[in-house]
Amino acid sequence: MSAPLYGLVLTGGRSRRMQRDKAALEYAGQPQLARAMELIAPFVSRRFISIRSDQHHDPQRAAYEGIVDLLPDLGPLSGIHAALHAHSQAAWLVLACDLPFLDAATLQQLIAERDPQSIASAFRSSFDGKPEPLCAIWEPHSITTVDASVASGSNCPRSLLSQGAVRLLQLRNPRALDNINTAEEYLAARGALTPGTRMDATNEAISLHVQYFAVLRDQAGRSEETVATEARTPRELYEVLRQRHGLKLLPEQLRVAVNDDFADWNRPLRAGDSVVFLPPVAGG
Amino acid sequence: MIAFRFSKDAVDLATLRAELADPACGGFAAFEGWVRNHNEGRSVQRLEYEAYETLALREGARIIEEARQRFAVPHILCVHRLGELQIGELAVWVGVSAPHRDEAFRACRYVIDEVKHRVPIWKKEHYLDGDSGWVNCERCAAEAAHAHHPSHDHAHSR
Repeated sequence: MSAPLYGLVLTGGRSRRMQRDKAALEYAGQPQLARAMELIAPFVSRRFISIRSDQHHDPQRAAYEGIVDLLPDLGPLSGIHAALHAHSQAAWLVLACDLPFLDAATLQQLIAERDPQSIASAFRSSFDGKPEPLCAIWEPHSITTVDASVASGSNCPRSLLSQGAVRLLQLRNPRALDNINTAEEYLAARGALTPGTRMDATNEAISLHVQYFAVLRDQAGRSEETVATEARTPRELYEVLRQRHGLKLLPEQLRVAVNDDFADWNRPLRAGDSVVFLPPVAGG
Repeated sequence: MIAFRFSKDAVDLATLRAELADPACGGFAAFEGWVRNHNEGRSVQRLEYEAYETLALREGARIIEEARQRFAVPHILCVHRLGELQIGELAVWVGVSAPHRDEAFRACRYVIDEVKHRVPIWKKEHYLDGDSGWVNCERCAAEAAHAHHPSHDHAHSR
């Protein structure tokens, strides 16, 4: 008989490249954390989120039962390790928080083809053929392997699964595990997941004119450019450009102008708008 | 007259002052900002000013209109230099003429303070040691780097 299945959504990541909380990114108007928790609900008897100790008071996370990392700074393995120790009788359906394309059919397949004798059941990565550890079922007895891995200083769940006895599954929906690491990937995914036809305005790239001044011109290596983008607000556009050009200033240190006047960071942008991000001024 | 302007060349103060002349005004106050040879402990050799001119002219005009109404003064003029400036050169000039001195002083102070904070003008300092930096921006970049120093990441890149 197999162990009861609990769900664990990993939300403790620092989103190094995105520099935004992936759990809060919205698709079709709903934050990804809520989408992931809804998605797993029919498949598990209890649902938890994995959090760092400093995330206790985050309002979005407070809505769910949390399991706090026991060992900090191990990345996703911290969350899996803490869950296995918190409820040692359970098997864990573990999900990353940056899989907006994941669908119920893929989870159904994972559960149907699960092998409780293996330490885990996971999909084979279409990229490198290795197991995908962050949309997988981790069996209770994987705790031995996880503890040993942690003790030896290795915190990569992918290499941990690559070495153990793992049931590897063939992914039927090839896009289901596409993850989101940059602002541009997010905007493209949001467009693709927004209801409406392919001609829906949110799906299409628009052309914007951007000018750079002073320190931002030095960092961007240009004084102006025309950008084709799925960004729809100055805030989204700045994230895309910050990552593309390695801009070093944060939006909270800048002001923004649209069509030659100061503007709100969240105002809608339309094709042909001209946008300027203003570094701290120093006249006089 | 355009009350907020840029000048790429040195300005003639007598000409600017003459623009504010008015028989009904008994007070005239002016502020001059000069290029200083040091800033935050470093020796400055020269400066470069640049502006987002379209927006700067718009915002500068708004500031002057605000001051005119708030202090009920009839004449205000502000000229800001752009381009390369040497130590001791005049960088910005604000002049106000009014019936009485009090409102002239106060309007002058208001305009220079607001211009420094609100108008998109940037200043690059060139230091004696050959280094250079954008005033108010270099520290920002350092703070931004510090604010986002991740110790670990749950990302699983493929």
